Amino acid sequence: MSGLMEFLAMGGRGAYVWSAFAISLLALALEGRSVMSRNARARRDAIARAAAERVS
Amino acid sequence: MAWTSLASPPRFHAVAGRLVAPLWIAALLLGVAGLVVGLGVAPSDAVQGEAYRILFVHVPAAWMSMLVYVAMAAWAAIGWAFNARMASMLARALAPTGALFTALALWTGACWGRPTWGAWWVWDARLTSELLLLLLYLGFIALVESIPDPRRADASGALLAIVGVVNVPVIYFSVVWWNTLHQGASLTLTAAPRLGASMLAALGLMTLAFWAHAIAAVLARARAIVIEREGSQPWAAAVLEGRA
Amino acid sequence: MTGLAFVHALLRRDLRLASRRRTQTLLPLAFFGTAALLFPLGIGPEPQRLREIAPGIAWACALLAAMLPLQQLYAGDQADGSLEQLMLHDPSAFGIALSKAAVHWATSGLPLVIVAPLAGALMGLTADAAAMLALTLLLGTPVLSLLGSLGAALTLGLRHAAGLILLIVLPLCVPALVFGTGAVAAVDGGGSAAAHCELLGALLIASLALAPWAAAAALRISTE
Repeated sequence: MSGLMEFLAMGGRGAYVWSAFAISLLALALEGRSVMSRNARARRDAIARAAAERVS
Repeated sequence: MAWTSLASPPRFHAVAGRLVAPLWIAALLLGVAGLVVGLGVAPSDAVQGEAYRILFVHVPAAWMSMLVYVAMAAWAAIGWAFNARMASMLARALAPTGALFTALALWTGACWGRPTWGAWWVWDARLTSELLLLLLYLGFIALVESIPDPRRADASGALLAIVGVVNVPVIYFSVVWWNTLHQGASLTLTAAPRLGASMLAALGLMTLAFWAHAIAAVLARARAIVIEREGSQPWAAAVLEGRA
Repeated sequence: MTGLAFVHALLRRDLRLASRRRTQTLLPLAFFGTAALLFPLGIGPEPQRLREIAPGIAWACALLAAMLPLQQLYAGDQADGSLEQLMLHDPSAFGIALSKAAVHWATSGLPLVIVAPLAGALMGLTADAAAMLALTLLLGTPVLSLLGSLGAALTLGLRHAAGLILLIVLPLCVPALVFGTGAVAAVDGGGSAAAHCELLGALLIASLALAPWAAAAALRISTE
């Protein structure tokens, strides 16, 4: 347990180290998610446009 | 496979689609391995203690920020020179990823700088030129998004990206040309590395992880751009029906 | 009409137009004065501090003042169809780009070379430092004009062109700013500004060599 606490403390620099890693990994994960949803949106819009054209 | 066949948007869309998931899985595995080695296995630094570990995200992010800009400028130039739409779309896909890595490099650099050298930010050559890189990315994105005609947007973006590529060598050589706060290169092509073996391993793993993520994100974004721009083409209808 | 004659004719025409729209032409200068005035008022009149930041204030305000008239650089001619006519004369647009950059410098850059050191002196710069400020602006404002001409060409006819120009051009102008203010700070500290001036000169030469081509290409792209 104390090993884990020591690990998290990172020699007293824990706040800096973990915020650097956490924000980076979070940002990259969010980028992945936003790209996939952009894909989904593009697909939906293209299908909707095609459907509208077929009607008109 | 002839690489030039990827210049056709439908072919690119199909091939890239198969690559995205494996690349993200690779990024995840490499990232976990890199973090385990970097945070657990690698010893603490003699001078900087534990805070140095931030370099395992800071350095790969900075490397990617420069690499992606050069790639973006190169693809934009190819798109402009050969009138190849797919190359220009790839350049547009690269820009947000590059901007994100630049922002991360600046953020993690600040996290590292504060405990180690006492400053979140200094106006030394490397930090300033990295900040300029972020502005160059944002300028590129703003310009291409503001031009309604795709061909004009592609060509204008290419010109702007090429003009800005001068900044990348400045970032890279800034620690050689100016003797200010940011530390010099720990890894060069010619001299032996000044990092320990486990540190090198962690750095290598994290770099590969960032590469894999970047390629996956860029390919996925490029696919979205292809659908946005060419979605009304006949080939797109077949693809979209097949998925929907 | 040969290339040089074309540039000369366009230059004379634009300068004459500028002299007729006196308010519009003097606007950058007025902006510079007003903006530079804000800093001593905002920061406080303490002479030592003011003298230290005077080069930075002068250069930054000069940079922003130079950006003001850029949006109209080509847009005015495009609106009434003159730009199209000019491009018929000069399909490569090189002469147009060069001439427009020269006009911009003559109306927005050169006056600042004279006025900014006066503002600097008001903020406590010594004669040496003020003279160096004039020199760095003499070397640097053409760079701003050349890069600005590129930005204006890229954003021709776009909505939000003004904001786009700032976002695109300002990062490119930062090296000139850094070397310019560095030179004045060096003189102020009693040292030599040679290195800064040499780098500034190199920037000027590089901009003269490359920027007109880039701006011309941008014009061709933007008017297709």
